[in-house]
Amino acid sequence: MASDTHAQTVAYVRDTMIPEAEPPAMESGAIKWLRENLFSSTLNAVLTVLSILAIYWAVTHTVEWLVFGIWDAGSLSECREIRDMRIAEGIWPEGRNVACWAVLSDRWNQLLFGFYPQDLYWRPVAALVVFFIGVAPILFDSVPRKLFYFTALAPFICYWLLWGGTIWGPIFVALGFVLAWAVIRFGQGIVGPLAATIAAFVVPILYWIFVVGPLAGAVGAVAPIGIEFVESNDFGGFMLAFIIGITGIVMSFPLGILLALGRQSDLFIINKTCVIFIEVIRGVPLIVWLFTASLLLNYFLPPGTNFDLLLRVIIMVTFFASAYMAEVIRGGLAALPRGQYEGADSLGLDYWQSMQLIILPQALKISIPGIVNTFIGLFKDTTLVVFVGLSDPIGFTNLIRATTDWNGIYWELFIFVGALFFVCCFAMSRYSQYLERKLATDRR
Amino acid sequence: MKRSVIFGALTVAGLTAGAASAATLDDIQARGNLICGVTTGLVGFAAPDANGEWQGFDVGVCRAVAAAVFGDPTAVEFVPTTGQTRFTALASGEVDMLARNTTWTFSRDVDLKFEFVGINYYDGQGFMVPTELGVSSARDLDGATVCIQTGTTTELNLADFFRVNNISYEPVPIETNAEAQQQYLAGACDVYTTDASGLAATRATFENPGDHVILPEIISKEPLGPLVRHGDHDWGDIVRWTLNALISAEELGITSANVEELSAGTNNPEINRMLGSEGELGAMLGLEPDWAKNAIMVGGNYGELFEKNIGENTPIGLARGLNALWTEGGLLYSPPFR
Repeated sequence: MASDTHAQTVAYVRDTMIPEAEPPAMESGAIKWLRENLFSSTLNAVLTVLSILAIYWAVTHTVEWLVFGIWDAGSLSECREIRDMRIAEGIWPEGRNVACWAVLSDRWNQLLFGFYPQDLYWRPVAALVVFFIGVAPILFDSVPRKLFYFTALAPFICYWLLWGGTIWGPIFVALGFVLAWAVIRFGQGIVGPLAATIAAFVVPILYWIFVVGPLAGAVGAVAPIGIEFVESNDFGGFMLAFIIGITGIVMSFPLGILLALGRQSDLFIINKTCVIFIEVIRGVPLIVWLFTASLLLNYFLPPGTNFDLLLRVIIMVTFFASAYMAEVIRGGLAALPRGQYEGADSLGLDYWQSMQLIILPQALKISIPGIVNTFIGLFKDTTLVVFVGLSDPIGFTNLIRATTDWNGIYWELFIFVGALFFVCCFAMSRYSQYLERKLATDRR
Repeated sequence: MKRSVIFGALTVAGLTAGAASAATLDDIQARGNLICGVTTGLVGFAAPDANGEWQGFDVGVCRAVAAAVFGDPTAVEFVPTTGQTRFTALASGEVDMLARNTTWTFSRDVDLKFEFVGINYYDGQGFMVPTELGVSSARDLDGATVCIQTGTTTELNLADFFRVNNISYEPVPIETNAEAQQQYLAGACDVYTTDASGLAATRATFENPGDHVILPEIISKEPLGPLVRHGDHDWGDIVRWTLNALISAEELGITSANVEELSAGTNNPEINRMLGSEGELGAMLGLEPDWAKNAIMVGGNYGELFEKNIGENTPIGLARGLNALWTEGGLLYSPPFR
C-alpha cells in the first residue's frame, strides 16, 4: 500500500543509478591543470604567454645550432666553409649558424686523456673499472661482501695502472697499512691502547719515508716487474679531473671522520690540533692553497727535489675537502641524542667499538646530504687547478684554442666540459637520494 | 759550533734553493731531457697539436736548445706555466728555461734575478677596432671603451698612452684573451688592445677579419725572449748562443735544407766555426762540435721558424717588421761566432 501511495504522490522515481559522467571539460585533465597552474589570473596568463615566447625563442635559436652542428672538419675555418657551402647550395636556409662539434672529434682523446701516451689508453680505462669494482661493495648491499678485500687493494692497483713503473713501489706502500694494522692488533696488549694508536700512525710513516724507497729499489733490481712509467706531466683532460676528484673524495672521507672525532675528543692535544687544522684549512680559499702547493712549497724544499706538482695539488685538495667533511660529520655527531653515547658506554664498549658500532653509522646517515654536497663541490673545484698550470678539461680548452686550427672556438668546448661534469655530479646526487631512501628506516 | 754551522748551511740552502744548483747542464744531461716552461697556450707561439706534440715559435726555441744539448729535438719536456707560476717554476728549478713570450723588463732581469738571454720576438701593444668605426689612428679614440686584460703591463701602457695624448677612455676589464674576443665581437667595447701579435692572431679567427683593422700605432716595447736563472752562466750561454745560432744562420743563408751540406765545410769561415767543421766553439760551451747544426736542423733558422709558425703564410699572418734581420731593416742582430 505504501508503495501505491508513493506512486501517486511522486510523479517519477528513478530506479537506476545515473551513469558516471565525465567531469566538465573545464574542470578536468590538461585543461584544468593549465587553468590552475598557468592561467589562474590575468597576470599569470600574461606571464605564461611571455615565458612561452621566451622559451620558444631560446629553443629555436639553440636547437638549430646544436643539432645541425658540423662533426667532420679539420679546423674552425673548415667548419665555416662547410656551412657557407651548404647555405650556398640551398641545403640550409640563409643565415643559419651552427656549432662546430668537429673540435670534439678532433681533440676527443686529448679532452679525455690529456697527453697520456695513446697506446696506453687502456690503462686509465682499466683503472676506472678497478675503481668502480672497488667501490661497488661500498655503494650497493647486493654486491658480495668478499669484494671488500678487493676494495682495499683497489687504490694501489689504480695507482700502478695510471703511473706504471715498478710494481714493488705500490706493494711496499700497501704493506705499510698492514704494518699499521699489526701494530694496533698486537701492540695493544704490550704497550696499551693509546701508545698502540700513536705507534700505528708513527711506525708506518717512518716506514714509508725511510724503508719503502730503498726496499722497492732493491727488490726491483732483483725482480724488475713493471709496466711503462708515465709522468704526471702527461696527465690531463677529464682523466686529471677524475684522478684529483676521486682521490680527494676517497681520502677526504676517512680523514674527515678522524678530524671530526678528534674535534670532539677530550684529549687536549688531539682536540686542538684538529680544531686548528680544520679552521686554518677551511678559512683560506682553495685557490690560495693551490698556489701554496705550486709556488711556495718549491722554496721550502731542498733544491733538486722533484716533488710532483700533481701530488702536491692532490694533497692540498684532499686536506681542503677533509676539513669541510669534518664539519659536516661533526654536524651529524652533534645531532645524535646524548643517550646514544651513554648507551654505548653502558654496554661496556670501548671508544672505537662504540664509534664503529653505534655512533658513526647513525651520524653518517644523518650527514649523507652534506657529505655528497661536499663531494660534488670538490669534484667541480678540480677545475681550479687550471690556475697552477695543470691541463684539466678547462686548461685543455685553452690549449686547444691556442692552435691556429681552433682559435676562436668557445661554446662547443665549454658545453662539452659542462655536460660531462653535469653527468658525473648528477649521478652522485641521484645515488645519494637512493641511499637516503634506503636508509630511511627510523627517525620518522 | 757544529750546530751553528748546520744552521748556517740550512739557511744558505734555503736562500739558494731558488737559485738551484750551479751546473744546470749537468742536471739536464743526467736527466736525459730538457724541461722547458711554455705558456698554457698562445696561438702561434706554443700549443699542442692533435697528437699532443707541442708546436709553435717559442716551442721551436726549446727544441733547438734540446737539439744543441742532446742532438735530439724530442729530448724536451714542456711544462705549461701560467702568468703567475712561470717565474717561480723557473726560480725553483722546476723548469730549466722559460720560452714563454715573457717581456724583458728591468725588474724581471734585476729584481727577480733572471737572465734574459736574448730576444726572439719584438712585440708591442696595438689596438684593433671595427672598420665601420672609421678610425685610422689611435689618437682618434677619444672617449672609446677599451677591452683590456687586467693585471698586465698592457693596462698600464694604455693608461700612459691616453694620458700623454690627453684623451679619455673607458676601460672594460676582462680576464682572459678568450673573454676579450667574445666581448669585443659582441660590441661590449669599441677597441681591443693587447700585444700586436695577439691582435693579429685574434683577428685571424674572426668570421670576417676584413671588418676589423689593427691601428698603426704601437704604444709599447715588448721584447720577448727566453730566460734562465741568474747564477748559472754556462747554461745561460748555451741558450743564448743557440738563439744566436738560429739568427746568424738566417743571416748566413744556412737553412734546414742545406745545413747538412754546409756542415761538411765551406769557404766561409764563420759558417765553418758555427757548424763545427772549424774551431772549438762547441767544446767551449761543453757541447758536441755539431751543436749548432743540430739546433738548426730541427726547425730551420730563425726565418724558417718565423714563417712556419707565425709568418705571412700562416693564418696569423705576421709580417717580419721589427723582427727582420738588421740587414733588412729589422732589429735582429746576432754577435759574431768567433
